[in-house]
Amino acid sequence: MQPVKYQRATTVAEAVRLLQEGGEYARPLAGGTDVIVQARERRREIDYFVDIKHIPELMHVRHDANGVTIGAAVPCYLIYGDAEIVKTWPALADATHVIGGTAIQGRASLGGNLCNSSPAADSIPAMIALGAVAHIVGPKGERDVPVAEFCTSPGRNVLGVGEFVTAIRFAKPEPGSGAAWQRFIPRNEMDIAVVNAGVYLRLDRNTVRDARVAIGAVAPTPLVVPEAAQALVGKALSDQTIAAAGDAAKAAARPIDDMRGSVKQRRHLSKVLTERMIRRAAERARGQG
Amino acid sequence: MVSTEQPKQYRVIGSRPIRHDGVDKVTGRAEYGADVRHEGMLFGAVLRSPHAHARIKRIDASKAEALPGVKAVVTSADFPGAEEGDLDLGEGRANPRWLLDNLLASDKALYHGHAVAAVAATDQHTAEDALALIQVDYEVLPAVIDVREAMLDTAPILHPELRTAIRARGVEKPADKPTNLASHLRLEKGDLDKGFAEADVIIEREYETAMFHQGYIEPQNATAFWNRDGEVTVWTSTQGAFSVREQVATICQVPVTRVKVVPMEIGGGFGGKIGIYLEPVAALLSRKSGRPVKLWMTREAVFQATGPTSATYSRVKIGAKRDGTITAAHAYLAYEAGAYPGSPVGAGAQCAFAPYNIPNQVVDGLDVVVNGPKTAAYRAPGAPAAEYAVEAVLNELAEQLEMDPMELRLKNASKEGTTNAAGQPWPRIGAVEVMEAVKNHPHYTSELTGEDVGRGVAMGFWFNGGMESSSSATVNADGKVSLILGSTDIGGTRASLAMQLAETLGITSDDVKPHVVDTDSVGFTAVTGGSRTTFAGGWAAYELGVQIRDRMRERAARIWETAVDKVEYRDDGTIAGPDGKQLSFQELAGKLSATGGMIAVSATVRMNTPGPAYAGHIVDVKVDRDTGKVEILRYTAVQDVGTAIHPSYVEGQIQGGVAQGIGMALTEEYFYDDEGRLRNASFLDYRMPVANDLPMIETVLVEVPNPGHPYGVRGVGEVPIVPPQPAIQQAVYDAIGVRFYKTPMSPRVILEELLPE
Repeated sequence: MQPVKYQRATTVAEAVRLLQEGGEYARPLAGGTDVIVQARERRREIDYFVDIKHIPELMHVRHDANGVTIGAAVPCYLIYGDAEIVKTWPALADATHVIGGTAIQGRASLGGNLCNSSPAADSIPAMIALGAVAHIVGPKGERDVPVAEFCTSPGRNVLGVGEFVTAIRFAKPEPGSGAAWQRFIPRNEMDIAVVNAGVYLRLDRNTVRDARVAIGAVAPTPLVVPEAAQALVGKALSDQTIAAAGDAAKAAARPIDDMRGSVKQRRHLSKVLTERMIRRAAERARGQG
Repeated sequence: MVSTEQPKQYRVIGSRPIRHDGVDKVTGRAEYGADVRHEGMLFGAVLRSPHAHARIKRIDASKAEALPGVKAVVTSADFPGAEEGDLDLGEGRANPRWLLDNLLASDKALYHGHAVAAVAATDQHTAEDALALIQVDYEVLPAVIDVREAMLDTAPILHPELRTAIRARGVEKPADKPTNLASHLRLEKGDLDKGFAEADVIIEREYETAMFHQGYIEPQNATAFWNRDGEVTVWTSTQGAFSVREQVATICQVPVTRVKVVPMEIGGGFGGKIGIYLEPVAALLSRKSGRPVKLWMTREAVFQATGPTSATYSRVKIGAKRDGTITAAHAYLAYEAGAYPGSPVGAGAQCAFAPYNIPNQVVDGLDVVVNGPKTAAYRAPGAPAAEYAVEAVLNELAEQLEMDPMELRLKNASKEGTTNAAGQPWPRIGAVEVMEAVKNHPHYTSELTGEDVGRGVAMGFWFNGGMESSSSATVNADGKVSLILGSTDIGGTRASLAMQLAETLGITSDDVKPHVVDTDSVGFTAVTGGSRTTFAGGWAAYELGVQIRDRMRERAARIWETAVDKVEYRDDGTIAGPDGKQLSFQELAGKLSATGGMIAVSATVRMNTPGPAYAGHIVDVKVDRDTGKVEILRYTAVQDVGTAIHPSYVEGQIQGGVAQGIGMALTEEYFYDDEGRLRNASFLDYRMPVANDLPMIETVLVEVPNPGHPYGVRGVGEVPIVPPQPAIQQAVYDAIGVRFYKTPMSPRVILEELLPE
């Protein structure tokens, strides 16, 4: 590990200034469960850590009448430990509950998982399904980017020099809606997704009025699959429509062969997980999940 | 617990006291290799080959040596050289020349991660930075990583001087030309052709197993100080301090007496911490720098460069009569040795048919070098792959014969007097007792219901080791006894050895205080391996106890002014004389100093009656056809444990072995790319099962005491890793009707088999 500079910011403005001064190889530090390991193993060039955990709003979960704003550095355990989140956005609890292990969940954050921009990130398809929006602050001011549009390639995203994510916003789900997320791993924990899938549905009786489907670990970025959503919207939820959505997810997947999974396996799992999550999201929409 | 013979009544043996080293371990006070700190200590790092096979044309370390903070750089050229030979490591052997070449590559790097150079610097980061400044010119060569490909005429050759050693009757000596086939051994009994001619049913199948790593939590580490007076001290995590001493002395060409090895607490070994990787390198860096040098491995290096077990290819053919009598069996076993000869194929060959009485049998064992890390012992080295193939064929045979699989095994079970593959008669063994306990177990007799669920069963065998152990003990004035041990404690042996001394003396486990000491402080003791420590160390502890009893009787006789034969040492530790005179152990201990001095005794034993171990496992699984994932629903492990000294640790050993065997069956494997680079050198991607991947593993302890031990001890640690692969293979077949001939049966493998093309 190269020597690195470390600076603790206590306000958003200070963090922006420090990151801008630090330049290309400066990184915000929240839980550090990705960036510290990457720096040690020289997998990412980093010469400057700006610690953002001590900026109060980055560590807050703020509920309001229209939804919830989760500070980018809030650790996972505070997310799945928040009764309102578990009740209203259970898909978020699905994902944060399995990232790393218990010790990792004490530090790892949604902001970190998003900015690490791994194709296999656990929380991103869940956030996409929930229509989450990342709030970004930087030298040129503030902007909002839907999580669905945040990642650009493995390990890369829309953030420019000096920019960082301060919070992620989740709007309150519409009545009759439900969402769910799951990953497939060969073990039951402490593993990285072979494929993962997040699904959001809004039902009117048994007719799908709105849907979002996102799958992970099957493309250079977490993938939104509008074709899967189209296979559902306006139709009655049935084995047939669910299978059609699963087939659409399978068709959209363009995975690679590696030690974690094969192309054939990942394409098939895209279908299986999408279908399973449609069923679970529907159960939740009906208040049964 | 199932006791099969009239059990002896013990006071301490069979109880479950808190282990002596427990408090230090749970409070973090126990000192491991990572805790070693010395004044002026340097930190080392090792440069490793990025290629699976490459000629090393030149190493230029001048820039690294010039980096501020760097105190020494070593390459293979700094070693004094080594001669051809044969070092006995306890569980496995090593040719010093190959051992040296594995420590630091000389003319060729033979696997991805092969050590090429090492640096010592004032801090870890500087040492790692220096590695990047060492320039190595490689000429990349084609690599071969598969055992069968390595035997082809067209295969790249690892060692141009290697010729096949034939240890088999009737095997033709190959032409005198370079080869990767290091040796071919054959075990023969009876007349194979005649046996197959008598068979009504013959089944022949091929199997492959992946390369598996021991997966100990603590990486290899070593700190060495080469003093100016020529004394070398090594602090390390090892299964055998004396084995490290021998290897360091040989490689560094220092007399053995000038090397002192201090074994630190060990965070797991499973056979992987018998051979050495760092100690002589740290010693050489210390000699060059004049300061203590500490080396430790990253997890990546552990996976790349320390001994996994062999990947294997095998072909097994078994013939039986309609009534289930096995008439003949042939096993062909080809094991990858890694970059240097020495796979455990010999042990695998001897284990293959050991549970069964087969009159006509041949086992061929091939040891083949490939561009992978040199394999090392791993829990019953060589046995799991060989017995997996045999047990899987037996399960198919039972199906064809429409026989209960345990019935088939019972019909052919080895018993006392049955001759094994080496032509030796078995001593008293518990194969039949284990098979019957499996067959009668409520798990086996229960009905299994549900969709895509299945049950499998398999047996396992392991020899167990005897070898040499030394120990000493002193009786203290407070009535407690200090027990000095040369065996490093991996699986609770401080407790199991202290308990056997306590039993012999009629005192409590807590009255004995065990210490594991360095090589200057106890007599020669072989490795903690081969499931031998509780057996051989226990025998030494028993002998210490007998000596102490005699000395205590003598002392009491002197105090009471009577003849020694009038003094009795009772099982409860009371020393009784004539006229109702008696002293407790503690009372007499308090009088020792004033009546002639304290009592100190020592013992060295070398016993060759370790008592072979048999295991039988039952497993229920559920297969998810949509994902290929196998869930273990229920697991029962039955084992002949001789006498369970501390039943909790026996159960823990069994459960640990099963957990590792389940990993082999379902998720673990080395994953190499086409260039022979290891792609999954981490616990994230080398998928060992974790706690929530496993059900509670039920254990059944069958006790058939080993007549070759004063307390009936048989080794227990290794055999439980043997049955899981074939048992789970059968269970998966029972669940979904597909037999897999390759482990691991990972979700990918199962799913791709079930999916249409």
